Amino acid sequence: MYPREFEYIAPSDLDEALAALDANPGAKVLAGGMSLLPMMKMRLLSPDAVVDIGRIAGLDQISDNGDSISIGALVTHAEVAASDLVMEHGAALATAASWTGDRQVRNRGTCCGSLVHADVAADQPVAALALAATMVAVSSSGTREIAAADFFVDTMMSALEPNEILTEVRIPKAGPGTASAYDKLGRRGGHTDYAVAGVAASVTRSNGSISAATVAVTGVGSKPVLVGEVADALVGSDGSEAAVEAAAAHATCGIEVLEDLYGSVAYKTHLAQVFTARAVNAALSAAG
Amino acid sequence: MSSTSVLGGVVRRREDPALIQGRGRYTDDVKLAATAHVAFVRSPYAHAQVGSVDTSAAAAMEGVLAVYTAADTDHLGPLIAQVPVGALRPLLNSGTVKHVGEAVAMVVAEDPYVAKDAADAVEVDYDPLPAVVDLKHSLSDEVPVHEGASNTLISWVGPFGADEAALAELQQGIEAAKQRDDAVVVSQEMTNQRLIPVPIEPRSVMADYQAGYDRFDIYSSTQIPSALAGAIGKYFGMSMNQVTVKAMEVGGGFGCKLNVYNDEVLVAFASKHLGRPVKWTETRREAANSTIQGRGWVATATVTGTEDGEILGFELEGIADMGAYSQNFTVAIPFLGLFVGSGQYGFPTYWKMDCVTTHTMTTDAYRGAGRPEAAYYLERIIDMYARRIGMDPADVRRKNYISSSEFPGAVSPMGFPMDTGDYATNLDAALETAGWSDLLAERDAARAEGRYVGVGLATYVEVCGFGPSGLVDLGFSWAEYQMPSAFNGSSLVRVHPDGSATVSIGTGPSGQGHQTTWAQIVGDGLGLDVERIRVIHGDTEEAPPSIGTFGSRSAAVDGAACYEATGKVRAKAARIAAHMLEASEEDIEFADGGAHVAGAPDSSVSWGEIAACAYQPHRLPEGLEGGLEAHAIFSPGNATWPFGTHIAVVEVDPDTGDVDLLRYIGMDDCGNVISPMIVDGQIHGGIAQGIGQAMFEDAVYDADGNLLSGSLVDYILPTASDLPSFELDRTVTPTDVNPLGVKGIGEAGTIGSAHTVVNAVVDALEPLGVTHIDMPLRPRRVWQAIQDARA
Amino acid sequence: MKVSMSVNGKQVSGDAEPRTLLVHFLRDTLGLTGTHVGCESSYCGACTISLDGKAVLSCTMLAAQADGADITTVEGLASNGELHPVQEGFWERHGLQCGFCTPGMIMSAVTLLEENPEPSEDEIRQGIEGNLCRCTGYHNIVRAIEYAGAKMRGEEPAPAEWENA
Repeated sequence: MYPREFEYIAPSDLDEALAALDANPGAKVLAGGMSLLPMMKMRLLSPDAVVDIGRIAGLDQISDNGDSISIGALVTHAEVAASDLVMEHGAALATAASWTGDRQVRNRGTCCGSLVHADVAADQPVAALALAATMVAVSSSGTREIAAADFFVDTMMSALEPNEILTEVRIPKAGPGTASAYDKLGRRGGHTDYAVAGVAASVTRSNGSISAATVAVTGVGSKPVLVGEVADALVGSDGSEAAVEAAAAHATCGIEVLEDLYGSVAYKTHLAQVFTARAVNAALSAAG
Repeated sequence: MSSTSVLGGVVRRREDPALIQGRGRYTDDVKLAATAHVAFVRSPYAHAQVGSVDTSAAAAMEGVLAVYTAADTDHLGPLIAQVPVGALRPLLNSGTVKHVGEAVAMVVAEDPYVAKDAADAVEVDYDPLPAVVDLKHSLSDEVPVHEGASNTLISWVGPFGADEAALAELQQGIEAAKQRDDAVVVSQEMTNQRLIPVPIEPRSVMADYQAGYDRFDIYSSTQIPSALAGAIGKYFGMSMNQVTVKAMEVGGGFGCKLNVYNDEVLVAFASKHLGRPVKWTETRREAANSTIQGRGWVATATVTGTEDGEILGFELEGIADMGAYSQNFTVAIPFLGLFVGSGQYGFPTYWKMDCVTTHTMTTDAYRGAGRPEAAYYLERIIDMYARRIGMDPADVRRKNYISSSEFPGAVSPMGFPMDTGDYATNLDAALETAGWSDLLAERDAARAEGRYVGVGLATYVEVCGFGPSGLVDLGFSWAEYQMPSAFNGSSLVRVHPDGSATVSIGTGPSGQGHQTTWAQIVGDGLGLDVERIRVIHGDTEEAPPSIGTFGSRSAAVDGAACYEATGKVRAKAARIAAHMLEASEEDIEFADGGAHVAGAPDSSVSWGEIAACAYQPHRLPEGLEGGLEAHAIFSPGNATWPFGTHIAVVEVDPDTGDVDLLRYIGMDDCGNVISPMIVDGQIHGGIAQGIGQAMFEDAVYDADGNLLSGSLVDYILPTASDLPSFELDRTVTPTDVNPLGVKGIGEAGTIGSAHTVVNAVVDALEPLGVTHIDMPLRPRRVWQAIQDARA
Repeated sequence: MKVSMSVNGKQVSGDAEPRTLLVHFLRDTLGLTGTHVGCESSYCGACTISLDGKAVLSCTMLAAQADGADITTVEGLASNGELHPVQEGFWERHGLQCGFCTPGMIMSAVTLLEENPEPSEDEIRQGIEGNLCRCTGYHNIVRAIEYAGAKMRGEEPAPAEWENA
């Protein structure tokens, strides 16, 4: 309940923040704090310095870039969940954000923070994967754009360097016939709490068949991951119930499914298939 | 609702204005000048030899006042227990630690942040040893938890009081029944998992030793202030009147604050040693390993009956987890289960529970304490039997109940006299309220559509309102706490010279609304507005010694004492009023803030006038002493036996195992009701805790004795969105063991609910062939049961 | 370091370490002990306050982060001796027992009704999902929030269940 001592740095602009990260190699970036502070309170994490980016202007916007939308580093889960723009172009992410934590957590916690935290059972990373999001990482030496597919490295480990800040996540706009969805089983059942298994899917329908698909699975392995085999099986199919079910059978292809308090390997494997089918069907029906 | 208060009317709770404005005072809210703060160094191992404990770095830190180890505190002796069977807990341990979280050292610092920093800086060498966690493993005595002692601390065998010959005869009778041609025998091993109580207020204690007066003020979040006062006095060679314990607002207890804890003694020790107030508030993860847990049974239940629903015998044999050390009631908890081992039924019952020790935190009383476990096994196996013989589960129960005609005077098959009961009426009322036959029809219609809807029913009888003074003779004495006064209720009612009144009472409530209920009893008895009545509880300086609030006992025991003390004051006041009004004492009635002559409302005196007279002895009738107050000790002739019927409706998603609780109906009978509002609130909360056990909660230990679900991230409590609104009603069968006719309601909801939910889920999955699933019914378990049944 | 903020309509300031949690600043520096600490994993909601109009966990914020913020705690709800309708609802509908979760629960309910003046039962239940109560089974908390919602909309609240006796 009592964090260790640390230096608190509250820069007023991004350059100052980046300089602070360079000067304090062990520093952690604080935005909403919904992941960082509980770990610090429990002393599971004790950084020497905390760089609070909460007062930096311009990071709290969801913006329309023409061919993509951007969600800034300080945009909260609640704002993502309530955004018409996100709902239109990344419904999977809006849904995932609405099922993250509880009201209080959604009011402070940020979408970007959830992505960087990279919890194995978090909702939003798989939505970012399915939506082929781009992570915009800024450091004093410049800006890197990292594809979501390359971002989630391992359990609670992202591709972000210690001196980088994820200033925005960029989602390509959904074209005609494209829609996404997220579905999950939460730890207490229903949609609440971390995912025992969760699946985000994005599909594009054209001329009666599926022309593109991405599917990502959370909760079952050591990190959120894209499952190409499901997408491959979907593309070219007619999106019928049978086709979706057949594709969903590949839901854990290439994933080492891990047991935890909430599921055995067999159960999680099964759930990944169930929610793959549910998420894909929901996306298909939204795609029209 | 089918009943109103015995006292008439509903009043809003008097405790609420402070609490809803954030102005209630809980222990952690108390601030005294120069208060120092404690952090404990706790074992990360379940079983380990402690080597060196290096406190030098911690002691040298700025702001650190002291670092204590067992060498400093061993002279105080171990933690006292009411039923001292098994090893007692060292206050601090520098020998062999026996569970994760056991206290090894204590840091006192100026600030809680610094205390935690310093605790982290204490270096302890541990030599890990093999841990015993599994109950069957413990029972084998392959690895002793405590060197040189059997892991089995005691075995409770029922019926109570039966000698070996009687037990043998009973078992032979059940064996013979199993051989009958029409015998149906249903048997199932079931786990009643360990739970963490989790009151939302963490435990907190502050000690303020006043050297000039050689006395302590102890502020503690406790259910048993008098016992804590006695215990602290005993440790420091003081009388209990040198220790004042103040349990102000207590933020939930549920039994886990019904212990004197080593931290309470240690904080007192530090305060005396340092000459400063010292405070400790547990963190939530710390609580999981240092505050008692509950349940933790593995047992096999067996029903032997006929094909037409007559039960010929019930047997329960199992093992109960005591954890590493015995604290207040530890080994007595399964005995409370034995009390209700045969439930509200008349069939022969054999019951045996081995209490074993393990390298885990101590278990003790958690809401229901032994009775939810006992009811769970009985009501699950009867449901399985009903299903096996294809009979309505309500009919099977009704057929085997102890008949209402046997009351008064009924003795349970476990050998205990029961107060009052009318089980069939209660069952029928529940069936009618729920629309039982419609529910079954709706379930069948849903099944025909391929949905997995289930309807579960369970009934219970519990025993509470402890209780008779004679319990001392059964080994339940508080003498270890300088409190040989056992389980009596105690209350003092005083009318002040201005006609206002104060009731002081020894209860230690944690949300039960005693500020309101005791004022209602006194106000009703004296005809005095509750606004003029002050209630003092949870304060050993101002309230008469009683044993506290637990076991659904406050209304039935202390409430009865309050009622009797009120009656004594009223009788004296009637004499005074009669004298003042020149009327006959028999004609005096009390109402509207005073006394009047029956039939002549104008001939009246106010309580102020009566009191003024009472405090001027020269105005009193001859032979009457001055003053207007009375003390009553109440010891009931028996405990009380509330009962009820609960019904749940669920739907299961067979693809995920996710259970949706659609409806929950409770029909409880706790005798007379003082406040329907408060009684219903108690039932709501009890049901939620039972549902919590049925669906979510689980204290999971790994084989090395690590608690895997020690934070609220993994110890899943029900939230508002997990529960439906509850549909409650009641039947009223007053008890004859106290003058109020009330039985107690604090635990009933919990005792009736867990098996109701499990019965419903199993019913939902009956078409798939599922017959049992162990709690908690998390989706993974439900799904696995479906797979196993299909295989 | 020095932090300043508006708490319950008053400008306050005080010293805090960088690591001081906002809840400790409120309780220990400002003496506002109505805001409670019930866990350390940000799951129980007992520390819920309104920060710039939104329900947040004061145990999962540094005091420093709240510098310049506009905060309402449970102590700031009643005005001129008049209870906030949510407080009144909790009293009228027995929405509390031990009272420990109550301040956070009330703050959660207040902000919920500000965002959604006419919530359904499901919306109420989801809206207080981040506030654990161990006493009431939430039944009467839901009734209390329904009562408050009706009052705030100028409607007559449904009678208490025990009034139908």
